[in-house]
Amino acid sequence: MSFTISDKSKLVDRRPMTFKDKIYLPAILGGLKVTLGHILKKKATINYPEVQREFSSTFRGLHILNKDEENRERCTACGLCALSCPAEAITMESAERKPGEEHLYREEKYAAKYEINMLRCIFCGLCEEACPKDAIYLTQTFAPANYDRKGFIYKKEDLLIPNK
Amino acid sequence: MFLLAITISFIIQKIILAAIIIGGSLGIALYATWAERKVSAVMQDRRGPTRAGPFGLLQPLADGVKMFMKEEIIPIFSNKFLFILGPSLAMVVALMSSAVIPWGPDMKFADGTSFSLQVADINIGMLYVFGVVSLGVYGVMLGAWASNNKFSLLSGLRAAAQAISYELALGLSMISLVMMTGSLSLNDIVSQQHGFWDGNWFSWNVFKQPLAFLIFLVCSFAELNRAPFDLAECESELIGGYHTEYSSLKLGFYLFAEYISMFITSVIISTLFFGGYNFPGMDAVAAMVPSPLFSIICALVLLTKAIGFILFFMFIRWTIPRFRYDQLMNLGWKSLIPLALINMLITGAVILYLNK
Repeated sequence: MSFTISDKSKLVDRRPMTFKDKIYLPAILGGLKVTLGHILKKKATINYPEVQREFSSTFRGLHILNKDEENRERCTACGLCALSCPAEAITMESAERKPGEEHLYREEKYAAKYEINMLRCIFCGLCEEACPKDAIYLTQTFAPANYDRKGFIYKKEDLLIPNK
Repeated sequence: MFLLAITISFIIQKIILAAIIIGGSLGIALYATWAERKVSAVMQDRRGPTRAGPFGLLQPLADGVKMFMKEEIIPIFSNKFLFILGPSLAMVVALMSSAVIPWGPDMKFADGTSFSLQVADINIGMLYVFGVVSLGVYGVMLGAWASNNKFSLLSGLRAAAQAISYELALGLSMISLVMMTGSLSLNDIVSQQHGFWDGNWFSWNVFKQPLAFLIFLVCSFAELNRAPFDLAECESELIGGYHTEYSSLKLGFYLFAEYISMFITSVIISTLFFGGYNFPGMDAVAAMVPSPLFSIICALVLLTKAIGFILFFMFIRWTIPRFRYDQLMNLGWKSLIPLALINMLITGAVILYLNK
């Protein structure tokens, strides 16, 4: 019994070569027509560092930790992002806000340590969806190359959005 | 004393001309490497070298510097003298055949002196070209053998077998041309193709000997070890074949010699079949401009033709896959040689009929 997985298979033509095949020239001219036709075609590549392709509007890249209007960290270290993370890339430690730190943290509890392992992360965006405080977002940039694995563990300082 | 003065000025003239030709060949070969990368890029919808200079025009220099900087390795068990001789021979032989090519008509100056644009007008120019071309295989063979590496040796043998097989068809296709022109001097062959139309028929040899041209073209691909006949190298699947053990500048010499040979072969094809420096309407141009300028125009026309052939060699390389070894030998021995013989027979019959 024979069945085909797809209709893309092509039977190999095993007939002996005709005279037209044997002198090769028609085939070579046909090939030249194909390759020379490509001279005027649009280039498939771009001049990368100067020109960059646009990402789709739903592209999920590197994470960012958001701040509120008064430059206070929104994250309360509730751990929902870590819980929702299918790749278990997020770790955090919480701490209590001390008096006098109100200008730094929005609520009484904050993340003393917040790390995302970018090698584990699958950029699914579930942390973004799980966050009740609008604190974590996925941006349009991607993690740059690094020389060792430690460099891919992003600390809170790497993730925090710069002051406005 | 007078004779001596003439001889010395003659020698100086020839040295200047040879220096210009060798420098020009090197320059064109240098930019042929750039062109090859651009042509392949364009055919594959890529951009090719763009970083070094505008349009990547400094890329050949960057490549050269890279080759210079690489470590120079001579294998312990190699024959050191022959190991160095191999690439040098490849380079020298590639440049040698440019000596007999007529680059343009003589420059005639107002004071009656003239300056020939041919380094050596020997009456067996074509034989000389063949002799030099067949020397080319020694560069490959010596390098391969001196490497003391079995893969290099096998590849060198393969290259030698290929070159010898195709030289036969090359020579035979030339015989029909020589039968027609009645001269082995390249100068005569070119001047016989004067203009474009001689009153009855096109004057360029390609219109008189199309089959010989085709055979010559196919054989030059094989002689140059270029795709589709680059079995000696196979840079994509073997490790370069005969130059596996070479590094640094010696490797550069081998790679560069290929481009020089390609340029010289293109010039020879243009000279033999495409009218050399002749172009349609050349008599009108000759009447308008002074002789030295006309000679330069003619030389530029020859260069344009040669560059066209170089581009053609590149288009073919990036279009069709490599021949298998048995296909290569079948094509050479069973198709091209009989075809060249038949062509010879037809040419002879036609010449006899016309001279009846």
